[in-house]
Amino acid sequence: MKLRKNIAVSEAGLLFNPVTGESFSLNPIGIEILSLLREEKSDEEIRSAILSRYNTDNPTFEKDYQDFIGILKHNNLLESHEETKA
Amino acid sequence: MKKPKLNIGVTGLNAIDSPGPGVSVIRALKEAASFDTRIIGLSYESLEPGIYMHDIVDRTYSIPYPAAGTDTLLERLEYIQEREKLDVIIPNFDAELYPFIKLEHKLKEMGIHMFLPTMHQFEERHKVNLNDFGKKYGISVPKSKVIYDLNMVHSLLSEFSFPMIVKGKFYDASIAYSIEQVKSYFNKISAKWGLPIIIQEFIHGTEFNVTGLGDGTGKTIAAVPMRKQYITDKGKAWGGISISDEKMLDMTRKFLRTTKWRGGFELELMKNKDGELYLLEINPRLPAWIYLAVGVGQNIPEALVNLAMGHKVKPFAGYTVGKMFVRYSWDMIVDREEFEQISVYGEL
Repeated sequence: MKLRKNIAVSEAGLLFNPVTGESFSLNPIGIEILSLLREEKSDEEIRSAILSRYNTDNPTFEKDYQDFIGILKHNNLLESHEETKA
Repeated sequence: MKKPKLNIGVTGLNAIDSPGPGVSVIRALKEAASFDTRIIGLSYESLEPGIYMHDIVDRTYSIPYPAAGTDTLLERLEYIQEREKLDVIIPNFDAELYPFIKLEHKLKEMGIHMFLPTMHQFEERHKVNLNDFGKKYGISVPKSKVIYDLNMVHSLLSEFSFPMIVKGKFYDASIAYSIEQVKSYFNKISAKWGLPIIIQEFIHGTEFNVTGLGDGTGKTIAAVPMRKQYITDKGKAWGGISISDEKMLDMTRKFLRTTKWRGGFELELMKNKDGELYLLEINPRLPAWIYLAVGVGQNIPEALVNLAMGHKVKPFAGYTVGKMFVRYSWDMIVDREEFEQISVYGEL
Protein backbone atom coordinates (compact mmCIF):
# COMPACT_ATOMS: atom_id res chain seq x y z
CA MET A 1 0.00 0.00 0.00
CA LYS A 2 1.70 3.18 -1.14
CA LEU A 3 0.67 6.78 -0.87
CA ARG A 4 0.80 8.58 -4.23
CA LYS A 5 4.14 10.35 -4.58
CA ASN A 6 2.68 13.77 -5.35
CA ILE A 7 0.51 13.94 -2.22
CA ALA A 8 1.70 16.65 0.16
CA VAL A 9 1.24 16.26 3.92
CA SER A 10 1.94 19.15 6.27
CA GLU A 11 3.26 18.73 9.82
CA ALA A 12 -0.16 19.79 11.09
CA GLY A 13 -1.73 16.89 9.22
CA LEU A 14 -3.27 18.65 6.24
CA LEU A 15 -3.12 16.41 3.22
CA PHE A 16 -3.27 18.04 -0.23
CA ASN A 17 -3.85 16.27 -3.53
CA PRO A 18 -2.35 18.58 -6.22
CA VAL A 19 -4.16 16.80 -9.06
CA THR A 20 -7.67 17.28 -7.73
CA GLY A 21 -7.10 20.28 -5.45
CA GLU A 22 -8.73 18.43 -2.54
CA SER A 23 -7.53 18.88 1.04
CA PHE A 24 -8.09 16.53 3.97
CA SER A 25 -7.47 17.01 7.65
CA LEU A 26 -5.90 14.09 9.55
CA ASN A 27 -6.06 13.38 13.27
CA PRO A 28 -2.81 12.47 15.12
CA ILE A 29 -3.22 8.71 14.56
CA GLY A 30 -3.95 9.38 10.89
CA ILE A 31 -0.73 11.40 10.62
CA GLU A 32 1.20 8.56 12.23
CA ILE A 33 -0.23 5.88 9.95
CA LEU A 34 0.36 8.06 6.92
CA SER A 35 4.00 8.63 7.80
CA LEU A 36 4.40 4.83 8.17
CA LEU A 37 2.80 4.39 4.74
CA ARG A 38 5.22 6.94 3.29
CA GLU A 39 8.07 4.88 4.72
CA GLU A 40 6.54 1.98 2.75
CA LYS A 41 5.90 -0.11 5.85
CA SER A 42 3.77 -3.22 5.38
CA ASP A 43 0.31 -3.65 6.98
CA GLU A 44 1.90 -5.98 9.51
CA GLU A 45 4.59 -3.45 10.46
CA ILE A 46 2.00 -0.70 10.81
CA ARG A 47 -0.17 -2.95 13.01
CA SER A 48 2.73 -3.78 15.37
CA ALA A 49 3.82 -0.13 15.51
CA ILE A 50 0.37 1.12 16.49
CA LEU A 51 -0.44 -1.76 18.87
CA SER A 52 2.88 -1.31 20.67
CA ARG A 53 2.26 2.40 21.19
CA TYR A 54 -1.45 2.55 22.03
CA ASN A 55 -3.76 0.78 24.38
CA THR A 56 -5.99 -0.92 21.83
CA ASP A 57 -6.71 -4.47 20.71
CA ASN A 58 -6.12 -6.09 17.35
CA PRO A 59 -9.78 -6.30 16.16
CA THR A 60 -10.37 -2.60 16.96
CA PHE A 61 -7.16 -1.58 15.20
CA GLU A 62 -7.97 -3.78 12.20
CA LYS A 63 -11.45 -2.27 11.77
CA ASP A 64 -10.24 1.33 12.11
CA TYR A 65 -7.21 0.72 9.90
CA GLN A 66 -9.28 -0.80 7.10
CA ASP A 67 -11.76 2.11 7.37
CA PHE A 68 -8.87 4.57 7.07
CA ILE A 69 -7.32 2.75 4.10
CA GLY A 70 -10.78 2.62 2.50
CA ILE A 71 -11.08 6.41 2.80
CA LEU A 72 -7.62 6.91 1.27
CA LYS A 73 -8.53 4.57 -1.63
CA HIS A 74 -11.92 6.20 -2.13
CA ASN A 75 -10.23 9.56 -2.48
CA ASN A 76 -7.66 8.21 -4.91
CA LEU A 77 -4.74 8.93 -2.60
CA LEU A 78 -3.11 5.50 -2.86
CA GLU A 79 -1.25 4.19 -5.86
CA SER A 80 -3.15 1.58 -7.85
CA HIS A 81 -1.68 -1.93 -8.28
CA GLU A 82 -0.59 -1.05 -11.85
CA GLU A 83 1.24 2.07 -10.65
CA THR A 84 2.90 0.14 -7.80
CA LYS A 85 4.13 -2.53 -10.28
CA ALA A 86 5.46 0.16 -12.66
CA MET B 1 15.84 50.62 -18.47
CA LYS B 2 12.76 52.81 -18.42
CA LYS B 3 9.55 50.85 -18.95
CA PRO B 4 7.14 52.05 -21.65
CA LYS B 5 3.83 53.42 -20.42
CA LEU B 6 0.78 51.98 -22.13
CA ASN B 7 -2.75 53.36 -22.07
CA ILE B 8 -5.00 50.34 -21.71
CA GLY B 9 -8.79 50.28 -21.94
CA VAL B 10 -10.47 47.55 -19.90
CA THR B 11 -14.14 46.48 -19.75
CA GLY B 12 -15.84 44.22 -17.20
CA LEU B 13 -15.56 46.57 -14.21
CA ASN B 14 -18.57 44.93 -12.56
CA ALA B 15 -16.79 43.39 -9.59
CA ILE B 16 -20.08 42.12 -8.14
CA ASP B 17 -21.30 38.71 -6.93
CA SER B 18 -21.16 37.41 -10.51
CA PRO B 19 -18.05 39.38 -11.34
CA GLY B 20 -16.68 40.60 -14.61
CA PRO B 21 -12.93 40.03 -15.03
CA GLY B 22 -11.99 43.72 -15.45
CA VAL B 23 -10.75 44.53 -11.94
CA SER B 24 -8.64 41.33 -11.78
CA VAL B 25 -7.21 42.06 -15.23
CA ILE B 26 -6.29 45.60 -14.11
CA ARG B 27 -4.59 44.33 -10.95
CA ALA B 28 -2.53 42.00 -13.15
CA LEU B 29 -1.60 44.86 -15.52
CA LYS B 30 -0.56 47.04 -12.58
CA GLU B 31 1.95 44.32 -11.62
CA ALA B 32 3.35 43.96 -15.15
CA ALA B 33 7.14 43.84 -15.22
CA SER B 34 7.50 44.91 -18.86
CA PHE B 35 5.42 48.11 -18.92
CA ASP B 36 3.68 50.74 -16.80
CA THR B 37 0.03 51.51 -17.37
CA ARG B 38 -2.59 54.16 -17.36
CA ILE B 39 -5.90 52.35 -17.07
CA ILE B 40 -9.03 53.58 -18.81
CA GLY B 41 -12.16 51.83 -17.60
CA LEU B 42 -14.92 51.21 -20.14
CA SER B 43 -18.25 50.72 -18.38
CA TYR B 44 -21.82 49.84 -19.29
CA GLU B 45 -23.55 50.68 -16.00
CA SER B 46 -23.02 53.56 -13.56
CA LEU B 47 -22.73 51.25 -10.56
CA GLU B 48 -19.91 49.04 -11.80
CA PRO B 49 -17.57 49.13 -8.79
CA GLY B 50 -14.38 49.45 -10.87
CA ILE B 51 -15.46 52.94 -11.97
CA TYR B 52 -14.91 54.20 -8.41
CA MET B 53 -11.63 52.36 -7.74
CA HIS B 54 -9.43 55.38 -8.42
CA ASP B 55 -6.29 53.71 -7.13
CA ILE B 56 -6.32 51.27 -10.06
CA VAL B 57 -8.57 52.95 -12.68
CA ASP B 58 -7.37 56.37 -13.86
CA ARG B 59 -10.46 57.40 -15.81
CA THR B 60 -13.68 55.72 -16.93
CA TYR B 61 -15.93 56.25 -19.95
CA SER B 62 -19.29 54.64 -20.44
CA ILE B 63 -19.69 52.75 -23.70
CA PRO B 64 -22.90 51.60 -25.45
CA TYR B 65 -24.28 48.08 -25.05
CA PRO B 66 -23.49 45.67 -27.91
CA ALA B 67 -27.17 45.80 -28.95
CA ALA B 68 -26.62 49.43 -30.06
CA GLY B 69 -24.48 48.15 -32.94
CA THR B 70 -20.83 48.43 -33.96
CA ASP B 71 -21.19 51.93 -35.51
CA THR B 72 -22.36 53.40 -32.21
CA LEU B 73 -19.53 51.64 -30.38
CA LEU B 74 -16.97 52.84 -32.93
CA GLU B 75 -18.20 56.42 -32.63
CA ARG B 76 -17.82 56.30 -28.86
CA LEU B 77 -14.36 54.72 -29.07
CA GLU B 78 -13.25 57.43 -31.51
CA TYR B 79 -14.31 60.04 -28.97
CA ILE B 80 -12.39 58.23 -26.20
CA GLN B 81 -9.35 57.73 -28.42
CA GLU B 82 -9.08 61.46 -29.15
CA ARG B 83 -8.74 62.09 -25.43
CA GLU B 84 -6.90 59.05 -24.12
CA LYS B 85 -4.65 57.74 -26.92
CA LEU B 86 -5.33 54.12 -26.06
CA ASP B 87 -2.66 51.59 -27.04
CA VAL B 88 -4.64 48.46 -26.15
CA ILE B 89 -8.22 47.46 -25.28
CA ILE B 90 -8.99 44.25 -23.41
CA PRO B 91 -12.69 43.37 -23.79
CA ASN B 92 -13.81 41.04 -21.01
CA PHE B 93 -17.41 40.08 -21.81
CA ASP B 94 -18.57 37.32 -24.14
CA ALA B 95 -21.40 39.49 -25.46
CA GLU B 96 -19.13 42.39 -26.48
CA LEU B 97 -16.54 40.26 -28.26
CA TYR B 98 -18.52 40.07 -31.50
CA PRO B 99 -18.51 43.87 -32.07
CA PHE B 100 -14.91 44.20 -30.89
CA ILE B 101 -13.73 41.43 -33.25
CA LYS B 102 -15.62 43.15 -36.08
CA LEU B 103 -13.94 46.45 -35.24
CA GLU B 104 -10.44 45.02 -34.75
CA HIS B 105 -8.97 46.39 -38.01
CA LYS B 106 -10.60 49.79 -37.70
CA LEU B 107 -9.37 50.16 -34.14
CA LYS B 108 -5.87 49.14 -35.18
CA GLU B 109 -5.88 51.93 -37.76
CA MET B 110 -6.70 54.26 -34.87
CA GLY B 111 -3.71 52.90 -32.93
CA ILE B 112 -5.68 50.57 -30.64
CA HIS B 113 -4.34 47.02 -30.46
CA MET B 114 -6.25 43.96 -29.29
CA PHE B 115 -5.47 40.26 -29.14
CA LEU B 116 -8.76 38.48 -29.78
CA PRO B 117 -9.87 35.19 -31.27
CA THR B 118 -10.77 35.32 -34.95
CA MET B 119 -14.46 35.51 -35.83
CA HIS B 120 -14.26 31.88 -37.00
CA GLN B 121 -12.76 30.76 -33.67
CA PHE B 122 -15.30 32.83 -31.76
CA GLU B 123 -18.26 31.30 -33.62
CA GLU B 124 -16.91 27.76 -33.74
CA ARG B 125 -16.41 27.46 -29.98
CA HIS B 126 -19.89 28.86 -29.25
CA LYS B 127 -21.88 26.56 -26.99
CA VAL B 128 -24.47 26.30 -29.76
CA ASN B 129 -21.76 24.53 -31.83
CA LEU B 130 -20.13 22.50 -29.05
CA ASN B 131 -21.11 19.06 -30.46
CA ASP B 132 -19.48 19.81 -33.83
CA PHE B 133 -16.49 21.39 -32.11
CA GLY B 134 -15.93 18.22 -30.04
CA LYS B 135 -16.20 15.98 -33.11
CA LYS B 136 -13.90 18.12 -35.25
CA TYR B 137 -11.10 18.38 -32.70
CA GLY B 138 -11.51 15.01 -30.95
CA ILE B 139 -12.37 16.53 -27.57
CA SER B 140 -15.03 14.92 -25.33
CA VAL B 141 -18.03 17.17 -24.86
CA PRO B 142 -21.43 16.45 -23.31
CA LYS B 143 -24.22 15.84 -25.81
CA SER B 144 -26.15 19.02 -26.46
CA LYS B 145 -29.02 20.22 -28.59
CA VAL B 146 -30.08 23.68 -29.63
CA ILE B 147 -33.78 24.50 -29.32
CA TYR B 148 -35.64 27.52 -30.60
CA ASP B 149 -39.17 27.04 -29.27
CA LEU B 150 -41.07 25.35 -26.51
CA ASN B 151 -42.65 22.82 -28.87
CA MET B 152 -39.25 21.20 -29.25
CA VAL B 153 -39.04 20.45 -25.54
CA HIS B 154 -41.03 17.18 -25.64
CA SER B 155 -38.78 15.76 -28.34
CA LEU B 156 -35.88 15.99 -25.87
CA LEU B 157 -37.20 13.03 -23.89
CA SER B 158 -36.09 10.55 -26.55
CA GLU B 159 -32.53 11.91 -26.55
CA PHE B 160 -31.81 13.06 -22.99
CA SER B 161 -32.51 11.73 -19.52
CA PHE B 162 -33.04 13.83 -16.42
CA PRO B 163 -31.42 15.83 -15.05
CA MET B 164 -30.42 17.97 -18.02
CA ILE B 165 -28.84 21.41 -18.21
CA VAL B 166 -30.74 24.32 -19.73
CA LYS B 167 -28.31 27.02 -20.91
CA GLY B 168 -28.59 30.53 -22.30
CA LYS B 169 -26.61 31.43 -25.40
CA PHE B 170 -24.32 33.80 -23.49
CA TYR B 171 -24.92 33.30 -19.76
CA ASP B 172 -27.03 31.37 -17.25
CA ALA B 173 -27.51 27.66 -16.78
CA SER B 174 -29.98 25.69 -14.66
CA ILE B 175 -30.36 22.00 -13.88
CA ALA B 176 -33.83 20.70 -14.83
CA TYR B 177 -35.27 17.55 -13.25
CA SER B 178 -38.60 17.52 -15.09
CA ILE B 179 -40.10 18.68 -18.36
CA GLU B 180 -41.94 21.43 -16.46
CA GLN B 181 -38.62 22.73 -15.18
CA VAL B 182 -37.14 22.64 -18.69
CA LYS B 183 -40.07 24.79 -19.91
CA SER B 184 -39.80 27.19 -17.00
CA TYR B 185 -36.00 27.68 -17.46
CA PHE B 186 -36.49 27.98 -21.23
CA ASN B 187 -38.86 30.92 -20.68
CA LYS B 188 -36.76 32.53 -17.97
CA ILE B 189 -33.39 32.31 -19.73
CA SER B 190 -34.67 33.16 -23.23
CA ALA B 191 -36.45 36.24 -21.84
CA LYS B 192 -33.12 37.45 -20.51
CA TRP B 193 -30.60 36.39 -23.14
CA GLY B 194 -32.69 35.60 -26.21
CA LEU B 195 -32.78 32.44 -28.31
CA PRO B 196 -31.63 29.79 -28.88
CA ILE B 197 -31.51 27.77 -25.68
CA ILE B 198 -29.04 24.93 -25.36
CA ILE B 199 -29.98 21.64 -23.72
CA GLN B 200 -26.95 19.77 -22.44
CA GLU B 201 -26.44 16.30 -21.01
CA PHE B 202 -25.71 16.46 -17.27
CA ILE B 203 -22.30 15.05 -16.40
CA HIS B 204 -21.93 14.00 -12.77
CA GLY B 205 -18.55 14.96 -11.41
CA THR B 206 -16.31 17.75 -10.21
CA GLU B 207 -15.95 21.03 -12.03
CA PHE B 208 -12.57 22.47 -12.94
CA ASN B 209 -11.49 25.49 -14.95
CA VAL B 210 -8.39 26.24 -16.95
CA THR B 211 -7.38 29.73 -17.99
CA GLY B 212 -4.65 30.46 -20.47
CA LEU B 213 -3.42 32.23 -23.55
CA GLY B 214 -2.87 31.05 -27.12
CA ASP B 215 -0.61 32.94 -29.51
CA GLY B 216 -2.67 32.21 -32.64
CA THR B 217 -0.18 29.74 -34.12
CA GLY B 218 -1.12 26.77 -31.94
CA LYS B 219 1.39 27.49 -29.19
CA THR B 220 0.40 27.49 -25.53
CA ILE B 221 1.73 30.67 -23.93
CA ALA B 222 0.02 30.12 -20.58
CA ALA B 223 -2.23 27.56 -18.87
CA VAL B 224 -3.31 27.37 -15.24
CA PRO B 225 -5.92 24.86 -14.00
CA MET B 226 -8.01 25.60 -10.92
CA ARG B 227 -10.51 23.75 -8.76
CA LYS B 228 -13.38 25.80 -7.39
CA GLN B 229 -13.45 25.47 -3.62
CA TYR B 230 -16.29 27.81 -2.76
CA ILE B 231 -19.10 28.30 -5.25
CA THR B 232 -21.76 31.02 -5.05
CA ASP B 233 -25.42 30.36 -5.77
CA LYS B 234 -24.71 31.67 -9.27
CA GLY B 235 -22.09 28.98 -9.75
CA LYS B 236 -19.18 31.43 -9.57
CA ALA B 237 -15.94 30.61 -7.78
CA TRP B 238 -15.53 32.61 -4.57
CA GLY B 239 -12.44 30.62 -3.69
CA GLY B 240 -10.24 28.25 -5.65
CA ILE B 241 -6.88 26.50 -5.72
CA SER B 242 -4.31 25.96 -8.47
CA ILE B 243 -3.81 22.30 -9.29
CA SER B 244 -1.51 20.12 -11.35
CA ASP B 245 -3.46 17.79 -13.60
CA GLU B 246 -1.59 16.60 -16.70
CA LYS B 247 -4.81 15.43 -18.41
CA MET B 248 -6.28 18.90 -18.12
CA LEU B 249 -3.11 20.54 -19.38
CA ASP B 250 -2.97 18.05 -22.28
CA MET B 251 -6.54 18.85 -23.23
CA THR B 252 -5.75 22.58 -23.06
CA ARG B 253 -2.66 22.21 -25.24
CA LYS B 254 -4.66 20.11 -27.70
CA PHE B 255 -7.39 22.77 -27.82
CA LEU B 256 -4.80 25.47 -28.57
CA ARG B 257 -2.81 23.38 -31.03
CA THR B 258 -5.78 22.24 -33.09
CA THR B 259 -7.76 25.48 -33.13
CA LYS B 260 -4.71 27.81 -33.24
CA TRP B 261 -6.58 29.83 -30.65
CA ARG B 262 -5.66 33.51 -30.48
CA GLY B 263 -6.15 35.28 -27.16
CA GLY B 264 -7.16 34.57 -23.61
CA PHE B 265 -9.67 31.89 -22.72
CA GLU B 266 -11.25 29.85 -19.96
CA LEU B 267 -12.16 26.19 -20.35
CA GLU B 268 -14.95 24.84 -18.15
CA LEU B 269 -14.32 21.15 -17.55
CA MET B 270 -16.11 18.34 -15.74
CA LYS B 271 -14.27 15.27 -14.47
CA ASN B 272 -16.48 12.23 -13.83
CA LYS B 273 -15.84 9.54 -11.24
CA ASP B 274 -13.80 7.50 -13.75
CA GLY B 275 -11.46 10.43 -14.25
CA GLU B 276 -12.77 11.22 -17.76
CA LEU B 277 -12.71 14.88 -18.73
CA TYR B 278 -15.49 16.65 -20.58
CA LEU B 279 -15.27 20.13 -22.03
CA LEU B 280 -18.47 21.94 -21.03
CA GLU B 281 -17.77 25.38 -22.39
CA ILE B 282 -15.05 27.60 -23.88
CA ASN B 283 -15.21 31.18 -22.71
CA PRO B 284 -13.37 33.30 -25.29
CA ARG B 285 -11.90 35.76 -22.77
CA LEU B 286 -10.05 35.86 -19.48
CA PRO B 287 -12.03 34.76 -16.38
CA ALA B 288 -12.76 36.80 -13.24
CA TRP B 289 -10.31 34.58 -11.28
CA ILE B 290 -7.42 35.53 -13.60
CA TYR B 291 -5.50 37.12 -10.72
CA LEU B 292 -4.83 33.60 -9.36
CA ALA B 293 -2.77 32.96 -12.51
CA VAL B 294 -0.69 36.04 -11.64
CA GLY B 295 -0.33 34.78 -8.07
CA VAL B 296 1.06 31.45 -9.28
CA GLY B 297 3.57 32.99 -11.67
CA GLN B 298 1.77 33.52 -14.99
CA ASN B 299 0.80 37.14 -15.60
CA ILE B 300 -1.50 36.30 -18.49
CA PRO B 301 -2.95 39.82 -19.01
CA GLU B 302 0.61 41.19 -19.30
CA ALA B 303 1.51 38.53 -21.89
CA LEU B 304 -1.72 39.26 -23.77
CA VAL B 305 -0.90 42.97 -23.96
CA ASN B 306 2.60 42.21 -25.23
CA LEU B 307 1.17 39.92 -27.95
CA ALA B 308 -1.35 42.64 -28.86
CA MET B 309 1.54 45.12 -29.22
CA GLY B 310 3.25 42.70 -31.60
CA HIS B 311 6.03 41.65 -29.23
CA LYS B 312 7.35 38.11 -29.00
CA VAL B 313 6.23 36.36 -25.84
CA LYS B 314 7.90 33.26 -24.45
CA PRO B 315 5.60 30.53 -23.07
CA PHE B 316 5.49 30.42 -19.28
CA ALA B 317 7.55 27.53 -17.93
CA GLY B 318 5.43 26.54 -14.94
CA TYR B 319 3.33 27.74 -12.04
CA THR B 320 2.91 27.18 -8.31
CA VAL B 321 0.53 24.38 -7.39
CA GLY B 322 -1.66 24.61 -4.28
CA LYS B 323 -1.98 28.40 -4.20
CA MET B 324 -5.46 29.64 -3.37
CA PHE B 325 -7.54 32.69 -4.06
CA VAL B 326 -10.26 33.80 -1.68
CA ARG B 327 -12.52 36.54 -3.00
CA TYR B 328 -14.07 39.20 -0.80
CA SER B 329 -16.55 42.03 -1.12
CA TRP B 330 -15.79 45.56 0.05
CA ASP B 331 -18.04 48.55 0.56
CA MET B 332 -16.65 51.73 -0.99
CA ILE B 333 -17.94 55.13 0.05
CA VAL B 334 -18.69 57.14 -3.07
CA ASP B 335 -19.67 60.81 -3.43
CA ARG B 336 -22.97 61.33 -5.18
CA GLU B 337 -21.24 63.81 -7.52
CA GLU B 338 -19.09 61.00 -8.91
CA PHE B 339 -22.15 58.88 -9.59
CA GLU B 340 -23.79 61.86 -11.29
CA GLN B 341 -20.69 62.51 -13.37
CA ILE B 342 -20.61 59.00 -14.85
CA SER B 343 -24.41 58.74 -15.14
CA VAL B 344 -25.01 62.11 -16.81
CA TYR B 345 -21.78 62.80 -18.73
CA GLY B 346 -20.57 59.20 -19.19
CA GLU B 347 -17.09 60.07 -17.92
CA LEU B 348 -15.35 60.04 -14.57
